[in-house]
Amino acid sequence: MIITKLRRTIKSGAVSFWRNGSVSLASVLILTVTLTVMASIFFSGVVLSSTLNTIKSKVDVNIYFADGTDEKSIYEVQNLIKQNADVATVDYISREKALEVFKQRHQDEDATLQALSEIGDNPLPASLNVKAKDPSKYDAIVTYINQVARNNDKEKIISKINYTKNKEAIDSLSRIINASNRMGTMIGIFFILVSILITFNTVRLAIYIFREEIAVMRLVGASEAYIKGPFVTVGILYGLVSGMLSVIVLLPMTQAIGVWTEKLGTGINLFSYYQDNIVMIIICATVSGAILGAISSFLAIRKYLKI
Amino acid sequence: MLTFKNVTKLYHTGDTAIKEVNMVIKPKEFVSIVGHSGAGKTTLLKLILGEETPTEGEITFEDMNIHKLKRKNINQYRRRVGTIFQDFRLLPDKTAYENVAFAMEAAGRTDKEIEEDVPHALELVGLKHKSHNFPHELSGGEKQRVAIARAIVNQPDMIIADEPTGNLDPVNTYEIIQLLKKINDLGTTILLTTHNVGVVDHVGKRVITVKDGKLALDSVEGKYIL
Repeated sequence: MIITKLRRTIKSGAVSFWRNGSVSLASVLILTVTLTVMASIFFSGVVLSSTLNTIKSKVDVNIYFADGTDEKSIYEVQNLIKQNADVATVDYISREKALEVFKQRHQDEDATLQALSEIGDNPLPASLNVKAKDPSKYDAIVTYINQVARNNDKEKIISKINYTKNKEAIDSLSRIINASNRMGTMIGIFFILVSILITFNTVRLAIYIFREEIAVMRLVGASEAYIKGPFVTVGILYGLVSGMLSVIVLLPMTQAIGVWTEKLGTGINLFSYYQDNIVMIIICATVSGAILGAISSFLAIRKYLKI
Repeated sequence: MLTFKNVTKLYHTGDTAIKEVNMVIKPKEFVSIVGHSGAGKTTLLKLILGEETPTEGEITFEDMNIHKLKRKNINQYRRRVGTIFQDFRLLPDKTAYENVAFAMEAAGRTDKEIEEDVPHALELVGLKHKSHNFPHELSGGEKQRVAIARAIVNQPDMIIADEPTGNLDPVNTYEIIQLLKKINDLGTTILLTTHNVGVVDHVGKRVITVKDGKLALDSVEGKYIL
């Protein structure tokens, strides 16, 4: 009997969704806007987090070696630094490699390349590029490098360790991004609440139209569950259809700003992210839509069940 | 079957709708309740259906005090009472068949029972050929027949008809009353409220006259007297 009741409830809800097309259309459109707003806020969060991670990943420590330092000594220092548990990678950049990278980076700047050729010799030093597992550990790593150099008599071959200069700029950028993220979340929550309220009221209005019928259902002896069921089913259908619509609406939106997000140096192409996570996005949009629709219907119908 | 014991109903406004009503409706009776607008007829029916609660007194159906029933039991009780209204109150987005089937589904009947009984009920009211029409595709008389089919399909012990002919022309009025008489002949108690003198006189059975919320007259084979 439970299966029969469930089948009747779903059938009745689906038929009502179809036969009351204009009411369904209005509710679906409002719910689509709500879900699109929610998804947009989520994507803003993804872009901001990615930007923060990109900036954090740019923090590194460069150890420059004095001219004439042999590679063997550099490798020794590299091995010593690698022993630190907080260190993620230590990459050796030879003078030749540094020159190659420099030329590549400035390939469109003729004046720079000309100045370089006038110098004749390669002016760039060999270096070790150190990255930490956790950006907050750089202070400790720099102290460790200095200590290792002193203990192993390598102070003379190290000409410069640059970290503090980058650190301040990166810290301040991180603070700005964190603040924007927090502010974005607050504005996001506000918009989500407003959207949910609008959705709730739309569904309530849709159910208000059926108040007389609900009273009739009561009078022919239908139980609360039997009356609520089809309305909750309709709410779920609103959510499922709206979820799919919002996924479709977001496709051209992310496509339009995808390249732009990448060029801004956020470390992410929103369109690629959207494509890569499309299955998860469809599931999230439809499930949250269905939950929102079902809860709205469930709460809205209670008022008319008092007879 | 149905007993009113000193029933009084006061509304929030302080108006008295029903005052110290005592009456007994026996099984298989056809009772017409007559009275002017505002006399308290509809309040009586709402009290019987459990839509309203009496301020004083009690109403019992068989041995159950209707207003002490729990939600679940109220639903079960309502399935034993068929209702017919002046404005038909059909579900507009359901066909005639679905409207009748809904009452059976609500009562937890099986698909097989529904498939057998709904066409039979529609046939009884002469609307089998319009099973798949929506209410807006039916005339007033046809809508009321669907409502009657819905009321009888669960084979209720009692049918409450609140001004069922109020919106109908004389021909449809006659046919609807004939239908109700037929249902009564088959053993179902009928409680009918009406303004229509012709209807009451045509039925020729027990008449209860309500005046200013009180039972003014109760005659076994009565006529419409006010």
